[in-house]
Amino acid sequence: MARLVVRDIVITTMLLGLFAAIGTGVVAWVHSGTEARIAENRLAMTRMRVTQVLEGLDYDNDPVTDHHRVGDERLGGHDLPVWLARHEGEVVGVALSAIAPDGYSGDIRLLVGIDATGTLRGVRVTGHRETPGLGDDIEVERSDWIHTFRGRSLVDPPIELWRVRRDGGVFDQFTGATVTPRAVVRAVRNALLYFEEHAEALLALPPPEEDAVLTIEPIMPEIPDHLAPTDPLPEAGGAEESTP
Amino acid sequence: MITSSYGDIIREGLWTNNPGLVQLLGLCPLLAISGTVVNALGLGLATIATLVISNTLVSLLREHVRPEIRIPVYVLIIASAVTAIELVMNAWFHGLFLVLGIFIPLIVTNCAIIGRAEAFASRNSVPRAALDGLAMGVGFTGVLVAIGALREIVGQGSLLDNAHLLFGEWGRGLRIEIFPQEHGFLLALLPPGAFLAMGLLIAVKNLIDARLEARPIPTATPEPKPAQP
Repeated sequence: MARLVVRDIVITTMLLGLFAAIGTGVVAWVHSGTEARIAENRLAMTRMRVTQVLEGLDYDNDPVTDHHRVGDERLGGHDLPVWLARHEGEVVGVALSAIAPDGYSGDIRLLVGIDATGTLRGVRVTGHRETPGLGDDIEVERSDWIHTFRGRSLVDPPIELWRVRRDGGVFDQFTGATVTPRAVVRAVRNALLYFEEHAEALLALPPPEEDAVLTIEPIMPEIPDHLAPTDPLPEAGGAEESTP
Repeated sequence: MITSSYGDIIREGLWTNNPGLVQLLGLCPLLAISGTVVNALGLGLATIATLVISNTLVSLLREHVRPEIRIPVYVLIIASAVTAIELVMNAWFHGLFLVLGIFIPLIVTNCAIIGRAEAFASRNSVPRAALDGLAMGVGFTGVLVAIGALREIVGQGSLLDNAHLLFGEWGRGLRIEIFPQEHGFLLALLPPGAFLAMGLLIAVKNLIDARLEARPIPTATPEPKPAQP
């Protein structure tokens, strides 16, 4: 009797092990078949965003492969990727990753393109969980609002006007949503301040070495934007929040 | 279990035992991902694929899997299938993959799938099990898309928004605007809207069922009874 039980256990275990091995094998096989394409997709996504925020700049390198990591409180995080656009080796623009920590529901991730003179070339939201229909007008697919940053700098408007209209600044808020644009405006302003402080170092970042293995820096993982399972109630227009 | 006919299997999955409306299984993805038709359809298709694959494999292996370990084996099969589908979607439908996000791996936890494996596939032949998977999957997708359409129309006044994520570039033209987005009813897009839409659908189904039951069956007695003498 005892032997029979042991035999059963052994057979069952082996059977289970076999299924696990087969399952893993199938997944590994599919993975190897899709790996290249997935990497390509991520690269294309990064290239699309980086190209968008560096719009109008005259550069001759491939910024997607020319990246470094920087971190600062003004950018809202540490170890964030930055992409560089160069013309004949000179850095003519940077695409900074920035995180606005004070969105209505969590972080808003941004890509901020700044040229060597400190003028904004473009801003894009790469991930957020703002209220659909109210706060998501920061997405370029949903409204033109994000384009208002183009051509702006720390002197246009002057720094004290880098606010939404409700706070006495020059940037529009949305009907029924002030917190979201306020967070984005503040994050973009902070990214500009960071650039001003560190311009010299940023513009002197070395290009990738000729024989270096080509690495791709994926853009910060996107938060699915059309769903927000933990989304709280719709944003109230008059939500109280102190502005520094 | 009595072997059911193919017609019965289809009818069960699509209507009488619909996983979304009757069994109420897999509500988490059903409610979370039904904000727009395209999201709903994308998750629905992935769920159909998972159901068909897992049902087929479970049925194929039903003689060889000892009852003590059947549940872990089913879980292994389903998890492998979902992971493979996730990789394929990441490679070929990247935009949709980013939108559906965590809900693709979460298909593993859709109880409708392990439910069908245990209740049907483990006791029926391969073609029947595969058909059951397809019927249940289509039934589930139908509910998902119906809720998605309802929420999208009410919430943002459009249908098939973002269709290019699923169908490629030509899908952009599929978008139908019913009224401008500003007039959308926000609640429909938020989680409570999903529950409301779901409740409405179940109510409509029960109403139709009640009507059908109340109606006398016409086909059973085609000949009128002979007149009383």
